[in-house]
Amino acid sequence: MNILEIQQLNKSYGNNKALSNVNLSIPSGGIFGVLGPNGAGKTTLIRIINQIIDQDSGEVLFKNQPLKRTHIKNIGYLPEERGLYKKMKVWDQLIYFTRLKGLSSEETKNKVEAWLERLEISHWKHKRIDDLSKGMAQKVQFISAVLHEPELLILDEPFSGFDPVNAELIKNEILSLKEKGVTILLSTHRMESVELLCDEIAMFNKSEKILSGKLKSVKNQFRTNTFELKIKNPDTLNVPATWHCMESGEYHSYHILIEEGKVNELLQQALGIGEIVGFKEILPSMEEIFIQQVKMHENG
Amino acid sequence: MDKVWLVIKREYLSRVQKKSFLLATLLTPLIFPAIMGIFIWIALDDVDRLYLSIIEVVDENNLFFIESSEQYAFSFSNTSFEEAKRMVRDGERFGAIHIPSLDLSNPSGITFYSSTTPSIGLRTFIENSLKRRIEEQKLFEAGIDPDVLDAYRTKVTLQTVTLDISGEEKISDASVNYIIGFISGILIYIFIFIYGNQIMQGVIEEKSSRIIEILVSSIRPFQLMLGKIIGIGAVGLTQFLIWIVLIGSLSAFVMGYLGLQMPQQQLMELGSPELSGQMYPDNNVYQTFMVLQSINFFQLIMTFIFYFLGGYLLYGALFAAIGAAIDAPSEAQQFMLPITIPLLIAYMGLFIFVLDDPNSNASFWLSIIPLTSPIAMMGRASYGIPFSELLLSIGLLITGFICTTWLAGKIYRIGILIHGTKVNYKTIWKWVKSD
Repeated sequence: MNILEIQQLNKSYGNNKALSNVNLSIPSGGIFGVLGPNGAGKTTLIRIINQIIDQDSGEVLFKNQPLKRTHIKNIGYLPEERGLYKKMKVWDQLIYFTRLKGLSSEETKNKVEAWLERLEISHWKHKRIDDLSKGMAQKVQFISAVLHEPELLILDEPFSGFDPVNAELIKNEILSLKEKGVTILLSTHRMESVELLCDEIAMFNKSEKILSGKLKSVKNQFRTNTFELKIKNPDTLNVPATWHCMESGEYHSYHILIEEGKVNELLQQALGIGEIVGFKEILPSMEEIFIQQVKMHENG
Repeated sequence: MDKVWLVIKREYLSRVQKKSFLLATLLTPLIFPAIMGIFIWIALDDVDRLYLSIIEVVDENNLFFIESSEQYAFSFSNTSFEEAKRMVRDGERFGAIHIPSLDLSNPSGITFYSSTTPSIGLRTFIENSLKRRIEEQKLFEAGIDPDVLDAYRTKVTLQTVTLDISGEEKISDASVNYIIGFISGILIYIFIFIYGNQIMQGVIEEKSSRIIEILVSSIRPFQLMLGKIIGIGAVGLTQFLIWIVLIGSLSAFVMGYLGLQMPQQQLMELGSPELSGQMYPDNNVYQTFMVLQSINFFQLIMTFIFYFLGGYLLYGALFAAIGAAIDAPSEAQQFMLPITIPLLIAYMGLFIFVLDDPNSNASFWLSIIPLTSPIAMMGRASYGIPFSELLLSIGLLITGFICTTWLAGKIYRIGILIHGTKVNYKTIWKWVKSD
C-alpha cells in the first residue's frame, strides 16, 4: 500500500512554477528519497504534504484518503531550517510541540522521558535551549519530529549541521524507525546518504519530477556496461587498448566497457592475461546520475 | 480550539514566569509616586536652602510698591537707573525694574533687567503687583475707595449636578472626570504599544528562528496568531489587575498612615444633613468624595476593560501582521505608520477635543471610529455617555477587530514563510488578495 499518493500536483508563486504536474507514489515502510538541486520544488512539495501551504491543483492522498488536518498527528517533520524557542526549557518545549500535534499530556510525558534517555540528553531536560550546544539542540529538534510516533516522517536535509558523531547517531535512529515500519521521506542533495539509506527515490528539477523508482532499478537504468577487473601480475603486453588501466603495481585494475552480454567473453580473454582476483560491474553513483540528469534537463 | 489554548498557555506562562514581568509589575505602580516624591523632596529642599534675591526698583513716579515674597525682596532705595543697572551687572542685585514716568491710562515702557531670563512666575508676579497698584490709583483718582469696592466683590461657584432619567441627582465635577478620562485613555494608549510590540517581537522570533515551520505543520497560522494575541493580552490584563490591587491597597495604606479616615466613613459624617444643614455643603473634600461616589465605577471599569481589550485586539492583529512581513525588528519602521497615525490622532484628539468637550462632533466621531475609539471613548466615558452611542461604538469596535484580525491573518499566513525577500505595501496587498 502507498502511504502517500500524489496526483497532478501544481503550485506556483506568482509567475514562478514550483511544482508542475507532479505524480508520486510513496510506498509504506522504507525510506523514500526526494532529490533535486535547490529550487527544484522539494520544499514546496514537503510543505504541501505538511499542510503548511495549499496546492493550486492536484490531490494528495494519505493512506488513500484526501489529506486532512487530522493527519497532522500521523506526520512528523524535521525542517531543513531548524529553530527552537531559545528561552524555553528542553522539557517544556518537547511537551509543547508534541501536544500541538494533538497528543494528550500524559502520553506525551512518558515519551519525552524515553526519547531524552535514548539520545542521552535527559540530564539536560531542565536547561534552556540557549544553554545547550548546537549538537544537543539538534537532538532535541529530532526528538520533536518523532515524539508523536508518526507513520510518515519527513526529514528535510536531516544531516545538515550535524557533526559526524551525531550524524551517525541520527542515521541509526532513522534506520531503527524504518525497522519499526515508519515511512521516511528524506529530502536531500547529499547523495552518499541517499545511496546508504534510500530504498526508492524521486528526482526533481525545475518544478518537475524527472526521474523516480527503486534505487537499484534507477542505477540499473543508467548502467553503462562498464566492469572493473582486477588482475594479479598481468601480461601487460597482451592487455587490449580498450582496457583503461586505473591502478598498476602487483595488482592491476582495469575499467572495461563492453557490449551487452559479452561478460563471459571478457572473462575468458582476461584468463589469458593473468590471475583474476576481482571482477564487478561499475554502476553509476547517484551523484553522477544526479549531475548528469540535471545537466541534461538544463540543456533541454 | 485545544491547540489555540495550548498557544495561549505558552505565550502567557513564558511571559508571566519571567523575572522581568514580576519586576515591571511590582515596580511600575511605585514609579509614579516615587517620581512625585522625588519632585516634592527637591522642592522642599529648595525651600530650605532658599536665599533671597534682591530686585532693585527704580520708580520715577514714586507710586509703586511691590510686596516682597519668600524668594524675592524688592528694594526701593531711590538709586538711579544707571546705578541699578550697574548693581545687576556686578551681581549685587538679581534684577532691576525700571518704571519710567507713566501715563496711567496707557502704562508702557516698564522694563526688567537681569543677568538671566526671569521665570514666568516672577514676571507674572511683578506684572500683577504693578497692575493692582495702577488699578487702585485709577480708582482713587475716580473717587472710589478700593476697600468699598472689595466689599462688593462676591465669589460665586457653580454647583454642577447631573440629572438622570430616574430623576436621581448627582454632584458632578468635570475636573474629576477629566483626570479619570485622561489616565484611562493614556493607559490604553501605552498598553496597545507595549503589548502590540510584544506580539510583533514574538512573531519575529518564531519567524527568524524558523520555529514557525514546525509550528504551522501542527497548527493553522490563524490559530497560532490568535493564540499569541490572546495569550499576550492576558499577560497585560494580569498586569493591570495586579496594579489595581496594588494601587488600591497602597493608597489605603497611605491614607491610613496619614491618619485620614476612609472616604466612606467621612462621607457618612459629612453627608448627614443635620451636620451640614445644607443640601450640597460647600466643602472641597466632601465635594470630591461626592463626585467620586456619583461616578458609576462598575460601568467605568467595565467600559475600560472592554476598550482596553478591544483596542489591543484591533491593533494586536496588525502588529502580528507586521511581524510576519519582516525578518528583523529593525525593518518594522516602514510598516508602523498605519498603526502610529490613528493612535496618535486618538491620543491628540483625547486632549484637544474629547476632554475639552466630550459632547462635540469631533469627540463623537473619535469615540465611534474603531481605530480611535479605544482611547477617545475613555475620555467621554468618565463624563457619562448615552447608552446608544456606547453600544454603537462597542459594536463598531468588535467589527473593527474582526476585520483587522481577518486582514492580518491573510498577511500573517504568507508572511511567516517568506524569508529574505524585500516586502513592501504592494507585496502585502498581493498577499491579502490571494486565496
